[in-house]
Amino acid sequence: MTQTTTNPEHVEPQRSVLRHSLGFIRHHIREYGILFALIAIMAFFQIATGGILLKPVNLTNLILQNSYIIIMAIGMLLVIVAGHIDLSVGSVLGFVGALAAVMIVHWGVNYWVAGIICLGVGAVIGMLQGFWIAYYKIPSFIVTLAGMLVFKGLTLWLLAGQSVGPFPAKFQLIASGFIPDPLGGDGMNLFSFVLGVAVAAILLLMAVRTRRHQARSGVADEPFAFFAIKNALIFTALVYMSWLMADFRGLPNVFIVMALLIAVYSFIASRTTVGRRIYAIGGNEKAARLSGINSARLTFFTFANMGMLAALAGLVFAARLNTATPKAGLAFELDVIAAVFIGGASMSGGVGTIVGAVVGAFIMGVMNNGMSILGIGIDWQQVIKGLVLLAAVIFDVMSKKKG
Amino acid sequence: MATILEMRGITKEFPGVKALDTVNLSVEEGEIHALVGENGAGKSTLMKVLSGVYPHGSYSGDIVYDGEVQAFRNIADSERQGIIIIHQELALVPLLSIAENIFLGNERAERGIIDWRETNRRATELLARVGLAERPETRVDDIGLGKQQLVEIAKALSKNVRLLILDEPTSSLNETDSEKLLELLMEFRRKGITSILISHKLNEISKVADTITVLRDGSAVSRLDCSSGISEGDIIRDMVGRSLEDRYPPRAPEIGGVILEVRDWTVHHPIHADRKVVDGVSFNVRRGEVLGFAGLMGAGRTELAMSLFGRSWGRDISGQALIDGAPADLSTVRRAVNAGLAYATEDRKTYGLVLDDTIRRNVPLANLEAIADTMVVDRHKEAEVAERYRKRLAIKCSSIEQETVNLSGGNQQKVVLAKWLFADPDILILDEPTRGIDVGAKFEIYTVIRDLAMAGKAIIVISSEMPELLGITDRICVMNEGRLVGEMATAEASQERIMSTIIRSTGDRR
Ligand SMILES: Nc1ncnc2c1ncn2[C@@H]1O[C@H](COP(=O)(O)OP(=O)(O)OP(=O)(O)O)[C@@H](O)[C@H]1O
Ligand SMILES: [Mg+2]
Repeated sequence: MTQTTTNPEHVEPQRSVLRHSLGFIRHHIREYGILFALIAIMAFFQIATGGILLKPVNLTNLILQNSYIIIMAIGMLLVIVAGHIDLSVGSVLGFVGALAAVMIVHWGVNYWVAGIICLGVGAVIGMLQGFWIAYYKIPSFIVTLAGMLVFKGLTLWLLAGQSVGPFPAKFQLIASGFIPDPLGGDGMNLFSFVLGVAVAAILLLMAVRTRRHQARSGVADEPFAFFAIKNALIFTALVYMSWLMADFRGLPNVFIVMALLIAVYSFIASRTTVGRRIYAIGGNEKAARLSGINSARLTFFTFANMGMLAALAGLVFAARLNTATPKAGLAFELDVIAAVFIGGASMSGGVGTIVGAVVGAFIMGVMNNGMSILGIGIDWQQVIKGLVLLAAVIFDVMSKKKG
Repeated sequence: MATILEMRGITKEFPGVKALDTVNLSVEEGEIHALVGENGAGKSTLMKVLSGVYPHGSYSGDIVYDGEVQAFRNIADSERQGIIIIHQELALVPLLSIAENIFLGNERAERGIIDWRETNRRATELLARVGLAERPETRVDDIGLGKQQLVEIAKALSKNVRLLILDEPTSSLNETDSEKLLELLMEFRRKGITSILISHKLNEISKVADTITVLRDGSAVSRLDCSSGISEGDIIRDMVGRSLEDRYPPRAPEIGGVILEVRDWTVHHPIHADRKVVDGVSFNVRRGEVLGFAGLMGAGRTELAMSLFGRSWGRDISGQALIDGAPADLSTVRRAVNAGLAYATEDRKTYGLVLDDTIRRNVPLANLEAIADTMVVDRHKEAEVAERYRKRLAIKCSSIEQETVNLSGGNQQKVVLAKWLFADPDILILDEPTRGIDVGAKFEIYTVIRDLAMAGKAIIVISSEMPELLGITDRICVMNEGRLVGEMATAEASQERIMSTIIRSTGDRR
C-alpha cells in the first residue's frame, strides 16, 4: 500500500497541493455540497425574485416561518442517527399547541407555567413512545405512526374541533418578539447587530483555535485555502444577515432560541460521550451493545428529547399563529424528515450532523419562500420539493459509492 | 498446460491508497493457485478486480482470460465466463433453504414459475458432488459454517464454474471441515477446474497448491512453483520480507492467584429454550495465566464467553461467577466491563465494529470515559490513542481517519483487538483473535497476549487452531457439545490428546 498523499512535496509542490485538495473535496463532498447547494439556491431566488428574498423583512420572516421545522429537525437528527424515525412530531406539535391554548385561554393558567407544563408533556409523550421502541424493540415506524394518529385525534378532541385563541400578547412574543435594544441604535437594532458580530467572531476564533490544535497534533487535513474560504464565508454571511435583520427590527427571540439549540445540540452530538454513543448505536447496535453502551436507555432519551423539542416547536407555532387549530402540524413530520435527509443523514442510521439538518431545513424554507414570492402554485411547489429531496439523497448515495 | 488467466499490470487505487501496483498474475488451467500475503497486501482487492466487483475502467491493466482481453462490468459478466468468487464473508441468505440459495438469481423456472422438483433434484445432485448429505429443503441457518461453505461451492458448481476463487474459505472452519474442503479442491483439480485460493493457513497452502503468488504491499513479489517442494519458511520469507525464526514468542509465565472463577454455568438457546448450549461449565483462570479453550465449532465456547460478558447471548442463564473470590455482577455489559472483563468478538462485522466509522472513533468506543473530560470527548487524546494502537498492532491503513469498512479483513480484526486492549481489562477473553490474520501479525498479537499476561492480567483464548493454543497458553480447557470435557496443562497437551478427549466425549450424554 502506497500513500499517494505523502508524495514528496518538494518535487512538484503545486501539483501535490492540488491533488490533496481534490482528494479532500472528494472525501468531504457531502458536507460541502449541501452548503454550496444552499448558497446556490439562495443566489438563484435572490436574482429570480429581484432582490426580495434577502430584504430584511423577508429574511426575518423566513426565519420565523421555519423556526419550528428547524427546532424539530434538531431532535429528529438524533432520532435518525440512532437508527429510528419519528412520524408523530407533527401531531405532537399540534397537540401541545392545543393544550397550551386550552390551558392559557380557557383556564387562564399563567403562560410561563403552561409553557413548562407543555414541555413536560412533550417529553412524557416522547418517553411513552420511546419506551416501547427502546425496551420492547417495537419498530419506531409503527410506534410513532400510531402516535401520529393518536395525537391527531387527541388534538381534535381537546379543541372540540374548533380553533382556540387568541393568546395573551406576552405569549405571542415567543414567536413574534424581537430582542430589545439597550444600546438604543438609531433606526436600527444596534444590540442585535453587535450580538451577531460577536457570535460570528467567536465562531471564527473557535475555528482558528481548533485548526491550530490540529496542526500541532498533525491531524489537520483540510487544505488551508478551504479552511480560510469556508470560515470567511460563514463569518461574512453571519455579519451580513445580522446587519439585515438589525436594520428591520432586530434579531427575533426565536432566532436566539434556535441558535442556542443548534450550538448546544451540535456540541452534544459531536463532542460528548453521549453523542458518540448515539452515533455508535445507529451505526451498529450490536457492536455498540457489546462495547458496554446502554443502547436502550439512549434510544429512550433520544425519543424523550424529540418529544420535548416537538412541544417547544408546538408552543412557537401556536404563538406565531396566535391560535391553536385542529389542523396545526399537519404533515410537518414530512418536512422535518426531509430536512434531515437533505442535510446528509443516512436512512440506516449512524450518519448525519445537526448543522447539516439545519441547512437542510433552510434549503426547504428558502425554496418555499422563494417559490411563493414567485407566485408558483402549491401544486408545483410540492413537486419541486419532492424532486429536490430525491436529488439530494441520490447525490449522497452516489458520492458515497465513489468515495 | 495452457494458461487460463493472465492479469497484466493491474493497478487499483482508492482515495489515498494504492491497493495494487502493477500486479501480474498468471494461472494455469487446472491448477490450484495460491495467493498469499500479509493483511492488506491486496489479495481480496485483486480478486475483486478479476471477478468484476470493481468494474472495468476502475482499475488499469488487462485481464486476459481464455486468450481474450476481458472487460467485466459486473459480477454477472465474469460469472458468465465461468469465474466464480466466494468472498471472505459468506453471502448466503440464512432464512432460505439450501436449494433456494444454490439457485438464487439463477432459478430453475419455466416462464417465471419455479420448478421445485427440478430445483431439489439438481440441488441434491450438486450437494452430492461436494459431499454434503443434507436435505436440500434444510434452512441454511440450521447448518454449521463448514457446511455453509460447501453450499457456497455447490452454488458455484451450479453455474458451470471453470475458475473458482476462494477468499479465505477455511478461516472460520475447524480442522476436519477444512480438510474436507481441501480434498474437494483437489478433486476439482482432477476434473480440470482451476482454483485460486487465498489463505493465511500456510500448512494448507503447502499441502494443496501447485503454484503460489506472493503479494506484498500491493505488488506481486514472487511466484513459487511447488512441484519441487516448498517449505512454509520460504513462503513466509517472501511474504514479510524476512524470515521468521519462531512462530510463538518465548514466555516465562508467572502465575498468581485465581482471579475469575465460574461455577456450574448453564445457558439455554435464545429461541429453542429447552436446548442447553452451555451445560454446567466450571473453570477458573489465574492472574498472569493464559487459558485456552479448545473445541469444535459449535462446542459452546463463544456462547459461554458471551453469556458471561453481560449476558449478551442466550437465556435462562444460571451459575456463579466470582472475581477475586467475591460474587461478581456481570449482568450487563457495562457491569462486566466495570468488573474488569472484556470480550473481543470473533465476528468483527456483526459484533465488533461500527463499520461506517473511522478507526479513530472505533478504538475508544468501549472506554470513552478515558478520553473524555466529564462527558466531553477530547479529540486530541482520541487521535493519540488511535494512533498509538495503530502503531502497536501495525494496523495497515491510509490513516486513522479511514473508515473501518474499507480495511482488509485482518486489519479489521486488529481494530477490534485495539478496542478491548484500550479498555484495559483484568480479564480479557479473546475469541479467535487471529482469525484471518497473517503470520507476521499473529506473532505480534501473541506477543501482546504474552505481555498482558506478564503484567498480571488473565487471558482467555478461544481458538480453533490447536497449534496456536499449544503455542501460547498455559492450560487448556476442552469443550464439546456445551460441556467441559477435559482440562490439561499445556505442557502435557498435544493435538492428539485434545482430539481424543473430544471424540471420547461425543455423544456419551445420550
Ligand atoms: N473500498 C476501499 N477504500 C479504501 N481503501 C481500501 C478499500 N478496499 C480496500 N482498501 C485498502 O486496500 C488494501 C488492500 O486490501 P485487501 O482487502 O485487498 O487486503 P487483503 O490482502 O485481502 O488482506 P486480508 O488478508 O487482511 O484480508 C488495504 O490497505 C485496504 O485498506
Ligand atoms: Mg482479504
